[in-house]
Amino acid sequence: MAEFDLAIIGAGPAGMAAAVVAEKAGLRVALLDEQQRPGGQIYRDVSRASADRVRVLGADYSYGAGLTTALAESGVQHIHGAVVWAVEDGFRLSYTANGTAAQVSAQRVLIATGALERPMPLPGWTLPGVMTAGAAQILLKGSGVLPQRAVLAGSGPLIYLVAAQMVRAGVPPLALVETQTRGDLSRALRHLPGALRGWRGLAKGLGLIRELRRAGVKRFTGADRLTVEGTDKAEALCFRAGGEDHRIACETVLLHHGVVPNTQVARSIGVSHRWSSAQQAFTPVLEAWGGTDRPGLFIAGDGAGIGGAMVAELSGRLAALKLAEEAGHLSISERDRRAAPLLRARSRELAIRPFLDAAYPPYPGALRPDNDTLICRCEEVTAGEIRQTAALGCLGPNQAKSLTRAGMGPCQGRYCGLTVTSLLSETTGQSPDETGYYRIRPPLKPVTLAELAAMAETGATDPEGE
Amino acid sequence: MPADSPFVALSHPERLVPVQVDGKELMLPEGENLAASLLAAGVRSFRETPVSGAPRAPFCMMGACFDCLVEIDGIQRQACMLSVTEGMDITRPRGATHG
Ligand code: FES
Repeated sequence: MAEFDLAIIGAGPAGMAAAVVAEKAGLRVALLDEQQRPGGQIYRDVSRASADRVRVLGADYSYGAGLTTALAESGVQHIHGAVVWAVEDGFRLSYTANGTAAQVSAQRVLIATGALERPMPLPGWTLPGVMTAGAAQILLKGSGVLPQRAVLAGSGPLIYLVAAQMVRAGVPPLALVETQTRGDLSRALRHLPGALRGWRGLAKGLGLIRELRRAGVKRFTGADRLTVEGTDKAEALCFRAGGEDHRIACETVLLHHGVVPNTQVARSIGVSHRWSSAQQAFTPVLEAWGGTDRPGLFIAGDGAGIGGAMVAELSGRLAALKLAEEAGHLSISERDRRAAPLLRARSRELAIRPFLDAAYPPYPGALRPDNDTLICRCEEVTAGEIRQTAALGCLGPNQAKSLTRAGMGPCQGRYCGLTVTSLLSETTGQSPDETGYYRIRPPLKPVTLAELAAMAETGATDPEGE
Repeated sequence: MPADSPFVALSHPERLVPVQVDGKELMLPEGENLAASLLAAGVRSFRETPVSGAPRAPFCMMGACFDCLVEIDGIQRQACMLSVTEGMDITRPRGATHG
């Protein structure tokens, strides 16, 4: 088994930045990532993006090429196409790459697995033609593929960004159906003075909205009762806005109402999580450098709490400094000297978050879906079934899982876990912390017998580096 | 690109290779993401769910939702995590026979 001082899971901004800092400090670093090329979802395929694609995606995207280049020029062992399915104390990581299971061992581990789209259960959200807005971005970044007759629905700055990119690509969305209300905006305004420290982010957001207005893209705000119509595919988005019912015929509906930390790996190894009411999600309990309650186990990036790409990169660097110091490669004073400007930059980048969280809250209709709405895509369990189990005395998600099968499918609750917690806590009156979350156990992603057999045959294979 | 696909590809692929989808031949761009290529080629439904038989297609494109599962050489795999290779034999899982 290959041995490293540090294994990092996820080659997004946090993972790439941390890997390079730690390797430069003298650690032997393995960076495992599911994709073939580094970048994470935010900088996906940036290292091979054409000039035309960069024009559509913008400078915030091409910025990521600096990170992928630094990684390529470093001595980091980048194990690409590697799906990590178990992390054990000690640490030992099991993964599958190229149809073969393999393992690496490491003194320390940094989890940098980023975010998932917040589940947005509403009637019709499982129909072909309904995707996350993030999925549309991945199609564009990775494949140059875009939906032609699409509606974007939900809330958050990502909706403006995707819409603007579609405009630049020559296939503007039919409409933006936004769920945030005027009330949300006025509540957000009290955070404006703080947010002004992050004025660049605000200016970018306003610039995108202007770009959409110039392009004549229709916007609805305060939308409610969102429903995707169709029998075997999406045919229209129906909703209520401005006191009227609307129906927009379309082929694609792109959903988004924020992203939430992807906590699967951290939970599987027993890291404690707490409910964040500002982010309306569970976040891992961390000290200032990203360390968990497990010695040697760190988390950086959106998986530690949503902050966006720049915060992720800075947090990755900070975690790497601490890890290098713990490993004896950096003195405490050197660590702190290098951390100071990163901490200042991070607090500037985070200044806009309270404003954004208040201005673009999750769509209430998807946090408390109607009884008939499917909330578990895999096992096709409805919100009503979860409420019923709560009414019968079920208090926690694990019991709800065994009663209804919600969370038992291949996605392992990634797209129903938060909904189940909030439905249970709504019905029982317990807080999300008291209600808890699914117990996550390895394998984190399905492994086949053939993949395991291939590992047994070759012994634990050495990772294929890049 | 078929006119009836809800998706457009911005650039033209360098090399198209034949793959089989439920026994029918499709020409897809070699080395490109399989799920994206199938969508651009006009494939709307990737599978039917084992529970109710409802049609599904890619939802997350990042390996998390498993709605893009197709069968390749008898194994169910996530189309969004694969690249197109020549001669791929893809079957769309049907109804309640798979678990
Ligand atoms: S589209 Fe979600 S796993 Fe492939």
